[in-house]
Amino acid sequence: MNVDFALFIPEFVMAGMALVVLTVDLFLPQDRKHWLPYIALVGILGTMGSVFTIAGKSEELYGGLFLVDNFAVFFKVFLLAVGAFMVLASAEYVKKNLTRPGEFYGILLFSILAMMTMTAAGELLTAYISLELFSFSLYILASYAIHRPKSVEAGLKYILVGAFSSAILLYGLSLIYGSLGTTTFSGIADALAGNDDIPVAFLAGLVLVVVGFGFKITAVPFHMWAPDVYEGAPTPVTAYLAVASKAVSFALLLRLFAMAFGPAMDEWRPIIAGLAAATIVLGNLVAMAQHNIKRMLAYSSIGQAGYLLMGIAALSPLASNGLLFHIVGYSAANFAAFACIIAYENLTGKEEISDYAGLSRRQPFMALVLSGALFSLAGLPVFAGFATKFYLFAAVGNEGLLWLVIVAVAGSLVSLYYYLMVIKQIYLGEPEEDEPLRLSVSTVGLLGALGAAVVIFGVYPGPLINLIEKATAVLPMPV
Amino acid sequence: MLTAIVFLPAVGAILMALLARSDRQVRFLSLLITLSVLVLALVVWATIDLDDPNPQWVQRYQWISAFDVQYFLGVDGLSAPLLGLTGLLGVAAVLISWGIKHRTREFFFWLLILQTGITGVFVSLDLLLFFMFWEVELIPMFLLISIWGSGRREYSAMKFLLYTMLSSALMLAGMLVLYFSAGTFDMIALRDAPPSIALITAPGVFFLLLAAFAVKLPVWPFHTWLPDAHTDAPTAASVMLAGVMLKMGAYGIFRICISLFPEVARDYSDLLVTLAVVSVLYGAVMVFRQHDLKRLIAYSSISHMGFVLLGIASLGQVGMTGAAMQMFAHGTITAMLFMVAGLVYEKAHTRHIPDLGGLASRMPLLTIAFMIAGLAALGLPSMSGFVAEILIFLGSFGVYREATILAMFGLVLSAGYILWTAQRVFFGPEKPRFAAIGDVTLVEAAPLAGMIAAIMVVGIYPSFVTDFFDAGLAPIVDLLGAAGG
Repeated sequence: MNVDFALFIPEFVMAGMALVVLTVDLFLPQDRKHWLPYIALVGILGTMGSVFTIAGKSEELYGGLFLVDNFAVFFKVFLLAVGAFMVLASAEYVKKNLTRPGEFYGILLFSILAMMTMTAAGELLTAYISLELFSFSLYILASYAIHRPKSVEAGLKYILVGAFSSAILLYGLSLIYGSLGTTTFSGIADALAGNDDIPVAFLAGLVLVVVGFGFKITAVPFHMWAPDVYEGAPTPVTAYLAVASKAVSFALLLRLFAMAFGPAMDEWRPIIAGLAAATIVLGNLVAMAQHNIKRMLAYSSIGQAGYLLMGIAALSPLASNGLLFHIVGYSAANFAAFACIIAYENLTGKEEISDYAGLSRRQPFMALVLSGALFSLAGLPVFAGFATKFYLFAAVGNEGLLWLVIVAVAGSLVSLYYYLMVIKQIYLGEPEEDEPLRLSVSTVGLLGALGAAVVIFGVYPGPLINLIEKATAVLPMPV
Repeated sequence: MLTAIVFLPAVGAILMALLARSDRQVRFLSLLITLSVLVLALVVWATIDLDDPNPQWVQRYQWISAFDVQYFLGVDGLSAPLLGLTGLLGVAAVLISWGIKHRTREFFFWLLILQTGITGVFVSLDLLLFFMFWEVELIPMFLLISIWGSGRREYSAMKFLLYTMLSSALMLAGMLVLYFSAGTFDMIALRDAPPSIALITAPGVFFLLLAAFAVKLPVWPFHTWLPDAHTDAPTAASVMLAGVMLKMGAYGIFRICISLFPEVARDYSDLLVTLAVVSVLYGAVMVFRQHDLKRLIAYSSISHMGFVLLGIASLGQVGMTGAAMQMFAHGTITAMLFMVAGLVYEKAHTRHIPDLGGLASRMPLLTIAFMIAGLAALGLPSMSGFVAEILIFLGSFGVYREATILAMFGLVLSAGYILWTAQRVFFGPEKPRFAAIGDVTLVEAAPLAGMIAAIMVVGIYPSFVTDFFDAGLAPIVDLLGAAGG
């Protein structure tokens, strides 16, 4: 088989850089460890540059096992950007709270590598292996604060639930292979399209796959692990879980459902739509009762996963655009919120919602970014959240799932309430101390960039939508 | 040009927040910004061509092309005076807040953002853009009430927010149904080529949209947020709320409900008239039960907004012009009443009417201001309120005789409560505890003088404004005529 290894350049670069970080760590004296995040950042940016060598190509490797197309390129660039923000956001936190920064950044880079291959997977087992590499990185990262019992508990919980869901997923994959005799996405689609009655074993496998992914994307009722893990994990890792993990899982799901399961759409649409509705309702309702801001955001991100599932349930060109658009908008807003929370934790060590009382007087800039991010998550106009939700909901409505849109709009209204409770603390609460909080220059830059992204995607989404349209054009859509 | 008018306050607010070095600079910069907006708004108003029924000063760009969402701004005879009114009240709100000491920078920041939202509503010609601006105004108002308000401010702010949020969700639903039926959010295109509504019935959409506007206007029984919000808001927020924000509701009914659904409006005009009369009388009667000066004015607003709805529901040129006039007149009059109430509170430290009394000898200028605004509110000839009300009654009498007569009682009641209030607050024996308070300062008097000028000029020479409303409403009247009846 003739393989064009040039198409793997980004993956090679990333794997190499991950090893470089691990190796350099061995030789760096203790007082130079703060160089590590910058080395990791250089690695990520270098990889991002190398992605442009494969931009615009549309090729299959190993008989459809590994795909290089616009969809993969879009997500690679996006996820690398998330990774870069992640490194910037965690540098200060890691220095203060965690030991062994070398492995932290090394594992982080490996997880990015896993995400890159996940977006390119065109076959069930490649997808599964990438997912496992990604999950294992996250298991370690979640329990990285080994001196904090909560972090260890989070890691353990995450491993157990993750292993359980992987087993279910793998069983589902084997049923699909057993019934259709192929594991490539296009092969599955062909087998389904040529078959008038869909084998029962395939349906069982499909359900198990949905359940397995349900754990990863925190769909209700497979979400129970998320709040505990989100609360216990080191805060930057929580941000990473909430943003990168969701984004990449949905990228994979969208490719899987569009390219492989498309012909069986009538079978799975009600299941996905039902999951989406349950996820939206429960995530948003329970978020109202939270006092810890990380837990609150955990439930809110469950609700957001529900909105994203709507895009899968609708599965049309417009809905896929909406899904990608919402992933980007949600990621920007959620990351902005987490960047504020990380910075606040670095400064004060606090993470209860009531601790944010009077933030606007101690640190007005951070208050503004955090409020903007929360309003964006709620879907208020001007911010990205409105544009993305509008696009996604309208596309879903176009497919005739109007009831689901109504559920989602109601969920958004509820979500506004709990976001407002935080904003109320920020602007109306009386601060315990008056002295202003000082942010480092890099934090200001990070918050500014993310805050600007949240507004720009909301006000001028045109260029982003153009890119998204190019990315989703490669997915075959059921008619 | 319109973009400049809409976004100048917001951009200015951000620059001001970042650059101003002292509270003094904040105040002067805000004044500068609002004054320039006023000048620009007046230029637009003055250059409108009344013979052209199409929107003017149009700015139009594709925004989200997949859903044909446009950035589409324009003004016509209906929106131009409201644009001017917003500009005027923007300046007044800044001046009346000159004495704000608590978190000054933030206060003016949010006040300016608020102005962007309100102005945007009046000039958007794309439904989704309209909705966005409609929502923008929420957050600043919520914060203005809850941080700088008085009394149960957090409760009132939350109530305001919840009412508006829920109703605007209904509005968005209505707009989406329109979109799915017509494939566009363009108000002009929707007006010219009414879509056949497939998903739910046309009246269904009409009432979804009306719900949001009725809450904003407010119409009984959706009014309960208003007395709380107005009472507890700081003066500038009350001025903006009563002066222009309520008008957004009426404007929406004109621009969206009636323009897009003339038939439905005809079919359900009885219902609208009933709600209007109930609002007029309920508001007026409730006024007599109030002891808080601002709450009293708030209820009188409900009553006066009832007149607006009555004029709208008459669905004729005269009555609708009257309604639009009432929007403009009430904007200046009530804004002025709230300013006076705010000044009374600032100086006498109470708004409880039984505690007040005999202020006239201490603050003669403020008393004169209140009397002028009050007399205008009760419809004294030569003031703007009179023109508006006479047009409304002329327009509606032919169509709804009984309702008009009932509504006229509201006017009688308003004469009663205005004079009674004036007597209790400003006249009567001088009270010793107010011996030390002084009259208004120059900065405080300036916006009052501006309002008086607006009230008198429009009252004496109404065609300044009526010509514009006439021209702006003519296409809507034609639509109603085409809808039969």
